[in-house]
Amino acid sequence: MSLAAVATDMSLGARAHRVARVAADFADSVDREGRFPKEAVDAMKAERLLGIQIPAAFGGESATTQELAEVCSILGQACAASAMVFAMHQIKVSSLVEHGAESEWHRDFMRELCARQFLVASATTEAGIGGNLRNSICAIEIDGDTCRLEKDATVISYGAHADAIMVTSRARADAAPGDQVMTVFRKSQYTLEKTVDWDTLGMRGTCSDGFIFKGEAPAAQVFPKPFAEIAAQSMLASSHLLWSAVWYGIAADAVLRAQAFVRAAARKAGGSQPPGALRLAETSNLLQLLKANILSGLRAYEDAKADPDQLSSMAFSIAMNNVKLASSETILTIINQAMIICGIMGYKNGTPYSLGRHLRDAHSAQLMISNDRILGNTSTMLLVQKPDTSLLG
Amino acid sequence: MNETIRELLAKLGNLPVAVTELEDGADLYAAGLSSFASVQLMLGLEEAFDIEFPDNLLNRKSFASISAIEQTVSHILKAKEAA
Repeated sequence: MSLAAVATDMSLGARAHRVARVAADFADSVDREGRFPKEAVDAMKAERLLGIQIPAAFGGESATTQELAEVCSILGQACAASAMVFAMHQIKVSSLVEHGAESEWHRDFMRELCARQFLVASATTEAGIGGNLRNSICAIEIDGDTCRLEKDATVISYGAHADAIMVTSRARADAAPGDQVMTVFRKSQYTLEKTVDWDTLGMRGTCSDGFIFKGEAPAAQVFPKPFAEIAAQSMLASSHLLWSAVWYGIAADAVLRAQAFVRAAARKAGGSQPPGALRLAETSNLLQLLKANILSGLRAYEDAKADPDQLSSMAFSIAMNNVKLASSETILTIINQAMIICGIMGYKNGTPYSLGRHLRDAHSAQLMISNDRILGNTSTMLLVQKPDTSLLG
Repeated sequence: MNETIRELLAKLGNLPVAVTELEDGADLYAAGLSSFASVQLMLGLEEAFDIEFPDNLLNRKSFASISAIEQTVSHILKAKEAA
């Protein structure tokens, strides 16, 4: 073993913290310029974080959802856009891990993803479907061993910077809108023509531009399972949990800044309680609630993973929906409280207590899959599903 | 029972295809059954058969096809008789 290897901590946490330091250095310029967080993503590749979720048998590290969530939270404390790119990539990888192991092409792709640290993007949104990713208008055309697809994708986050894109479509030309498949396309197998610019309030670095996607690839690259199953069994839970972990990171950093502000004030106050101290206590209470909520969701997912029936049950969907609703709303309250604590120093850009970016980034949480849509979904399920009233589950 | 299920499916399923064209084993989700419509169907079945779906049967599998629904409903009816 070389001396360098002895000196470098290769635990997942240490690697994530090294990436987070890079992400933090560039967070303000990524936000200001609305550009892709290239430095942070290059650091993720250098630390080999992109393939960690893939089973060791295929060259990865078999990281659990809890470990992925921890990385999302560490990165979220540094740069929310970088953290969200990491989270969205891992959500796509979870579909490969959970639903691709039976297909030779997808197994090989997992090996290659680990070896070459591919960044994978997602094209599930389409013009005309009203934001419901479980419907498609475009249909994949299977012609012998080849498949072709054209999609008017109104959002492909970091699409221009990805090494591969997973695209949903109807399974055949005559299939119902909900009869969908998902296909992996490599960068060399598609073209993207930009149609919509991503110029937003926050999360500016995810570069979620719209594109006309045109792809052609071997038909073996279509996932063997229907997208309905993939969505229900791996995407729903991993999206809500990993997004929530990113959001937790944003809120945790805001609380850290508020605490630093109160401490600095306390040192100057010479023994008397500084203003904001009480509000900080309240905020730490909310942060703990947020953390408990995400952790219980992570545990429920680990438990349900062993049982496909439980994964597709209404009780589990409601639980995951509730994690998403609570975390996306609570972070706004927390960051707002932190800003009241830091006052004008929090409102201003470029101070150690600045919270503008946090607040703007956090506002995306209620909108990425609209909370109103999720509430509507849960309310439908509650017409038949009885709420779980036990404390320990 | 099959007929009642088909009637309810036609009324509440909101399917883009005619229910008469569906075989008993046909995948209802592939035929266009939405999660909202599946809940409406469930409520209709509860009313028609005077039953209540237990939480452990509230999953996609129970409503995957007409024969799956038949099985689920018979299972609940049998459990009800036994109780």
